[in-house]
Amino acid sequence: MQITGSIARPSAARIPWVTVGVWGGLLLLVLIAYARAPQATTAVLTSTIRQSTPIILGALAGIMCERSGVINIGIEGMMLLSAFLGFLFNVWTGDLFLATVGALLVGAAVGAFHALMSITLKVDQIIAGTVINILAVGLTGYFYQQGLTTRGKFSPVSIPVLADIPIIGPVFFSNPPITYASLILIVVIHVLLFRTAWGLRTRAVGEHPAAADTVGVAVNRVRYINVIVGGMLAGLAGAFLTLESVGSFERNMTNGRGFVSLAVMIFGKWTPFGAWGGSLLFGFANAMQSQIQFLKNQLPSWLAWIGDLPPQFIGMLPYVLTIAVLAGFVGRARPPAAIGKVYEKE
Amino acid sequence: MERAESQSSPQADRLAPLRGLLRAMIVPVISVVVALAIGAVIISVSGANPLVAYRALFEGGLGSARAIGRTFEKATPLIFGGLAVSLAFKCGLFNIGAQGQLLLGAVFAAFIGFSLQGLPAMAHIPLALLVGAIMGALWAAIAGTLKAFTGAHEVITTIMLNFVAFNLTDWLADGPWKDRSPGNIVARTPAVAPEARLPDIAGVPLGMILAVLMAIAVWWLIWRTTIGFELRTVGQNASAAKYAGISVRRMTVLAMVASGFLAGLGGAIETLGVVGRFQPGFNAGLGFQAITIALLARTHPIAVVPASLLIGVMQAGASRMQFNSGVASEIVDVIQAIILFFVAAESLIRWVLRLRAEEGERVTLSSGWGS
Repeated sequence: MQITGSIARPSAARIPWVTVGVWGGLLLLVLIAYARAPQATTAVLTSTIRQSTPIILGALAGIMCERSGVINIGIEGMMLLSAFLGFLFNVWTGDLFLATVGALLVGAAVGAFHALMSITLKVDQIIAGTVINILAVGLTGYFYQQGLTTRGKFSPVSIPVLADIPIIGPVFFSNPPITYASLILIVVIHVLLFRTAWGLRTRAVGEHPAAADTVGVAVNRVRYINVIVGGMLAGLAGAFLTLESVGSFERNMTNGRGFVSLAVMIFGKWTPFGAWGGSLLFGFANAMQSQIQFLKNQLPSWLAWIGDLPPQFIGMLPYVLTIAVLAGFVGRARPPAAIGKVYEKE
Repeated sequence: MERAESQSSPQADRLAPLRGLLRAMIVPVISVVVALAIGAVIISVSGANPLVAYRALFEGGLGSARAIGRTFEKATPLIFGGLAVSLAFKCGLFNIGAQGQLLLGAVFAAFIGFSLQGLPAMAHIPLALLVGAIMGALWAAIAGTLKAFTGAHEVITTIMLNFVAFNLTDWLADGPWKDRSPGNIVARTPAVAPEARLPDIAGVPLGMILAVLMAIAVWWLIWRTTIGFELRTVGQNASAAKYAGISVRRMTVLAMVASGFLAGLGGAIETLGVVGRFQPGFNAGLGFQAITIALLARTHPIAVVPASLLIGVMQAGASRMQFNSGVASEIVDVIQAIILFFVAAESLIRWVLRLRAEEGERVTLSSGWGS
């Protein structure tokens, strides 16, 4: 009974008053901050969206995989490999769009490798992801040559009229393409997951593969497809890093974002919008870190001590926050029931 | 289910343990050989001669007394990391945080090492090692406690704690514990007192000897004590352990504490034996190498030693390889990842070689996010 209930209904059916309260409070804070320091507030919020883009893309990748019952801890490595190859494609072709497509294909290929390991070869799924992570660090480090110059990066595209709205305009409607894509993908994946037959099959396979099998769902095929699509989403996150955010490749430039994505996914209880909330929180902490130097003078006197904190403390804030969130807010979040288990026909 | 033993003569039975050992070794050995072969292909693709590269690699790790010393140096923290990960695996926990626990151990061993002066070596060394190990244990205890009481998964929390540890130790070495001697501008602690440096015993670094002793101690803990038995029971089947009256929470915290103790001790030994002070960014990547080693050793504590020596040889020889043949030292990481792949995908090797999987030989690892 419990199983049918959780499959048939999206988890976001009840109104989460705590979440509404938290976000309402934050909205109020933003408005107060905007009234006092409009420029700084807009800068922090814009930075929040940009910083959260790779995180939400990674989290969506995680949701795709885990909803179908496959743990993917290799998102970090998938991001790193596609960031690297996406950058190389850009150097070779000089075309940002082609490079992005290339990064997506790389993500798909690594996703297929993860699926091969964890579904067909029955490797422990966390180990399979670890293989990808180590391989990514090794391969990108080995083939990385210094002196590859950038061929530019995506620039922001302002949407007419909408971009002129105060706060919302610069924050949401004046972004580069991959950031727009990530915002759209949140909605798309939510709809796919909770409103389509494919989504129903995915969730069924993740919760009770044997039952899904008896009604004719090809369990491992669904898992393969989901893990490959998840790889493409991680690939897009990688493309964001080299082709939209930085413009060039640096060693280990993912810097734990893939792992943060997983934390954010758990925080969001495996739902796209929940994960978005988590990634915004993370993006905000990062934005504060990068903007604190500029904000120092604008802080009210009773908050001046924040500006004097050692940069390392602000640097660890997102990670401490993630731990706190995992431990406190989420507690024993319930993952898809069949997660991490190889499905074998009786 | 026919077993090999049923067909063998009594004389062959005496060799059974040996054959068991060979059977356990076959997958790791093949994994290493195949990984080296694939590494050779990658080296050729990038336009270098793999034979020249590998020769330099192994000469740099084994070719002289100095090279072997370097290998010991590299292998020591790997043994501690490998033991830490193996021990956690035995309890069903995946400790990716060896990196952070090592950093904490290293920075606190350095602090004891430079802040106390004039203490005899017999007191200074054990004190610095113990403080480092305890700090590593406390750092891991955070993840263990969170897992036991809130269900926050240790894979995520240990990775997050790695980043926190990195920032924290960076701040310590750049702030309160910074080397204030004139001329120093980089973030590092002062050098530890000469009495706190680890000596060589009969030509072998003390750290290496301690590492081997620890491997034996961990083996003893896991296979010869009640705690070890309870730990393994929780790792095999947590709900069965609960029904048998074992406190899963207690064991989870305990396993992480022991795991962090080992990693912290490894960091302390690296600081007192090799580096002589704490510098941020040292031994980056150890956490993941430790996973490779734990799996290569099939989470057996004694086998961690040869597995670490093997990886240690590659690391010690990497710079010579880069110098002699122009092959970037990162190829060692690639080879390690391929080793990990084949060790983990042992069903692939068994299928190719038509080997039967042995009952009870399967290494139980993590089991999803659920608790």
